[in-house]
Amino acid sequence: MMISLPMTHGLILAGILFALGLVGVLVRRNIIFMLLSIEIMLNASGLAFITAGAQRGDPDGQIMFLFILTMAAAEVSVGLALILQFYHRFKTLDADAADRMRG
Amino acid sequence: MNALFYISAIVAVISTLLVITRANAVHALLYLIVSLLSISLIFYLFGAPLAAILEVIIYAGAIVVLFVFVVMMLNMGPQTLVQEQQWVRRRVWLGPSILGAILLAELIYITMAGGGHTTTARVIGIKAVGLTLFGSYLLGVELASLLLLAGLIGAYHLGRRKFHRTVSRGTS
Repeated sequence: MMISLPMTHGLILAGILFALGLVGVLVRRNIIFMLLSIEIMLNASGLAFITAGAQRGDPDGQIMFLFILTMAAAEVSVGLALILQFYHRFKTLDADAADRMRG
Repeated sequence: MNALFYISAIVAVISTLLVITRANAVHALLYLIVSLLSISLIFYLFGAPLAAILEVIIYAGAIVVLFVFVVMMLNMGPQTLVQEQQWVRRRVWLGPSILGAILLAELIYITMAGGGHTTTARVIGIKAVGLTLFGSYLLGVELASLLLLAGLIGAYHLGRRKFHRTVSRGTS
């Protein structure tokens, strides 16, 4: 399957998705939605790697995507465990509930 | 073939926009699945079938299922929807959205200034990726396994109930 695709548009799509994830992290107060937005940002960076790898024609882009995938899986498991602890302690999902460190 | 890319790109952007604006977490997760599937189609069009498969299996499968389980365990009632709509008001989302749009405009400008490459995508199969992954990136694979082990132990340690009580008693 030989297809010609505008690689610049792929990079722009990755940029749009990354910006949407960034705005989601900044805007939302619910901590679950913040973690979801971080996942969107990681996925967008993976799309940028795949696009660059397709442009260069070598498998390195896909390998970097695999590493991003591994990191996202480890990050989301720890993050969701932290969210469960957060909810058991504060009885809310508001990220502002943990705005001070009582060391 | 280009039309497929643009259609799935538009679907990805719209569904991602819906993910970050929904009040209900389960609705946001369902839109996230749509977004991930459209990005998976884009991976396939860019000649990366292994990445497309893994996007469906790991992102849309495992990670979203983890999110769904946590949303179920938190057991949030209908009053959280009202609370969520109060949290995200116009004056809250306006500033970050403008700043994010400025950064995105700069990013698009820089990308367009680099020249519009139209490259013929060659399919890079699973065999080529596997040979490179277990060849020159073998150390990265080992480090990824260490990272996954750390994530497993961290999730087990943090996921226990009444963890903070035992720690506060133990240290004080």
